[in-house]
Amino acid sequence: MMSTLQQHAPALLIAIPLFAAFSMPLVGKNPGFRKMWTIVLMTLTSLTGLMLACSVFRDGSIVYVFGAADASQALAEGSGFPIRIMFTIDAMSALMTIIIAILAFAVTLYSLAADGGHSGLEGFYSLLFLMVAGALGMVNTGDLFNFFVFLEVASLSGAALAAFRIDKGVAVEAGLKYALISGLGGLSVLVAIGLLYSQYNALNIAELAARIQFTRLDMIAFVLLAVPLAMKCGAVPMHFWTPDTYAAAPSSVTAFLVVTSQASLYALFRICFTLFGDPAAINIAVFGWFIVALGVLSMFVGVTMAIPQKDVKRLMAYHAISQTGYMLLGVGVGLAVLGNAKALGDYGMTSMSGGLFHIINHAIYKGLLFLTAGAVFYRIGTRNLNRMGGLGHTMPVTMICFIAGALAIAGIPPFNGFASKLLIYESVFAFNPFIAIVAMLVSILTLASFVKVFHSMFMGPRQPDHGEVREAPRPMVIGMALLAVLVILFGLIPTAVVESIIRPAAEALLDRAGYIATVLGGP
Amino acid sequence: MNGGSVIIAHAPLFAVAVIFLLGLSILFFKRNLIKILMGITLIEAAINLFLVSTGYRMDAIAPIFTNAPEGAVMALPTVQALTLTSIVIGVASSAMMLSFVMLIYRHYKTTNVNRIRGMKG
Amino acid sequence: MDVTTTLETGYGAWSPLVWLAAFAVTMVIALLIRSTGESRYKKDSNQTKPFISGNEAPQDAYHIRAGNLYWGYLEALKGYYQKLVPLHTGIMTDYVLWMFGVVAIMLLIGLSI
Repeated sequence: MMSTLQQHAPALLIAIPLFAAFSMPLVGKNPGFRKMWTIVLMTLTSLTGLMLACSVFRDGSIVYVFGAADASQALAEGSGFPIRIMFTIDAMSALMTIIIAILAFAVTLYSLAADGGHSGLEGFYSLLFLMVAGALGMVNTGDLFNFFVFLEVASLSGAALAAFRIDKGVAVEAGLKYALISGLGGLSVLVAIGLLYSQYNALNIAELAARIQFTRLDMIAFVLLAVPLAMKCGAVPMHFWTPDTYAAAPSSVTAFLVVTSQASLYALFRICFTLFGDPAAINIAVFGWFIVALGVLSMFVGVTMAIPQKDVKRLMAYHAISQTGYMLLGVGVGLAVLGNAKALGDYGMTSMSGGLFHIINHAIYKGLLFLTAGAVFYRIGTRNLNRMGGLGHTMPVTMICFIAGALAIAGIPPFNGFASKLLIYESVFAFNPFIAIVAMLVSILTLASFVKVFHSMFMGPRQPDHGEVREAPRPMVIGMALLAVLVILFGLIPTAVVESIIRPAAEALLDRAGYIATVLGGP
Repeated sequence: MNGGSVIIAHAPLFAVAVIFLLGLSILFFKRNLIKILMGITLIEAAINLFLVSTGYRMDAIAPIFTNAPEGAVMALPTVQALTLTSIVIGVASSAMMLSFVMLIYRHYKTTNVNRIRGMKG
Repeated sequence: MDVTTTLETGYGAWSPLVWLAAFAVTMVIALLIRSTGESRYKKDSNQTKPFISGNEAPQDAYHIRAGNLYWGYLEALKGYYQKLVPLHTGIMTDYVLWMFGVVAIMLLIGLSI
């Protein structure tokens, strides 16, 4: 029984949230039962994800073929060709699964309290589960078209959720912006899939990577895949939708949107490293510099746009752009020196570890920050920083959680953001000192901006218009505290995290031949 | 292949290009949200046509085994399956975006994108 | 796994536990120095009032709101912000144009290598 469950965990990972999503409208009329149903099924999803990730880190990559008699048999019987849809879960996918599982659980706890006052909640949770299924599918699938489907599932449910609180039309506008641009991005991905399929008759990522010839059409396909994915993760200059959508969505949804954009980031890296990352065949450094350039632009423009913002969630959304820049920078440096074994060993590997470590750190502290902003909004009903003040007297736990998140995002030791940023600074300095200096400057500006938020939200005397404010409800506090503990924990034991999950993920990303061999067999 | 059949063979791709450019130009030059969504639907149609046209194999038949002629070559219907999926996704996203436009019109009293900018800066 | 090991960055190392120990020692020293000071703090005296350049403090609204922070920074970088902020037009077709622009540039680069 247990081994059967374990064997089919990749299918359950998608099946449980899908089942939850489609059963929610049927059973979710009763608020009490809906809450229980949501929390039970989300816990199951997260546990399945964590269990799967653990087994990948322990026993190596997993291939799970849907619809085959033997789910680990990647090649269809008698053809020697991977024709079925499959999940290919290596250490990198497992890392992303862990991130999604942790955040989904904490945010759901929070959401049960924060979004309780709305109508139409069975639809809300239905979409939330769809979004989780989409994000989990994106990071685990080994099939390019299947990836497109999950991308669209996550985009559509994300857009609908962003528009959930209509808010005099502003939230709907945000939802439409997200739907429009991610719809077009998805179509571009679809064209690229068509281009690749028409040349190689394959959709499986490993099969494509084994056959790819780097023709001009392949270069076009690369651009049509990479640019929309960079857009989805909010890279400047395609970041404009991010502040609009993140600000207007309910806070729990914003935290989930952060997760899906990180899933897009994963896909971008997968495309760059696994599908196209053959330094012998093409000048991979150009792609690397493309990613690095996007990263540096995102870091700098994101943080400078954040400083003058007056809407707290908009400000944090610009910081999300800026922090994504660090991940792009870290992993982009690894890509740029992919063909140079010495540079890769000297600093490329460290830089990639830093970038990937920053993904998990960012998901945790940014999720936490959005949740604290949501808790404040829940109690005082405004996101405008100019109308806040003195909340430290009445919401001390929220304030402490905010401090942990803000110090982590600014890279102050000993919080988790510092460890990953240190890895990035030191390795990028060896790559290009100027970029490392920009990265440090951006950290300083980040701190400056969060000092402003902290001061205007929590400092100062009690404000007469917020006199009766109380601490956030308990499930919200638990959700926030869970993430705050992780922020501190990851900051105190960075070595354990890096050695056990980050470095295997970076190695998996670099090991193109290994990924191909997992599916196709071979040496 | 002579000149005429090259043109015939590539006719679907010409159609794809024309429909795609139509959609793109609507996206660039029209300000009405409904028209912009029409443009996106055109782009979607062009891409679906492109996908289907890549699946054509000369002298191959559809993979229906009942009453199939002896020794016939069958085309692998992967792209047709992809196209069906993408049509379904396209319908869902069009429906959602049109309902968003409806809600926006109800609150903003306009469908002009230049005036739908409650958030900027 | 030994959690006390330090994180090697290739050029340096980072050990949060050593850092915490140093932080604790510094705090103890700071508290020792502080405890040698005079305790003259009195509640409900002028000491507890906000000091605004010697002016009479307003009775109610003495919280400095977010809009007033970083005025100097924004004033100094006015040229940069006047160019950057208007790019965020809020018009959704502009967003799409930016994406197509990057696709076009990348196509030029991708096809030339």
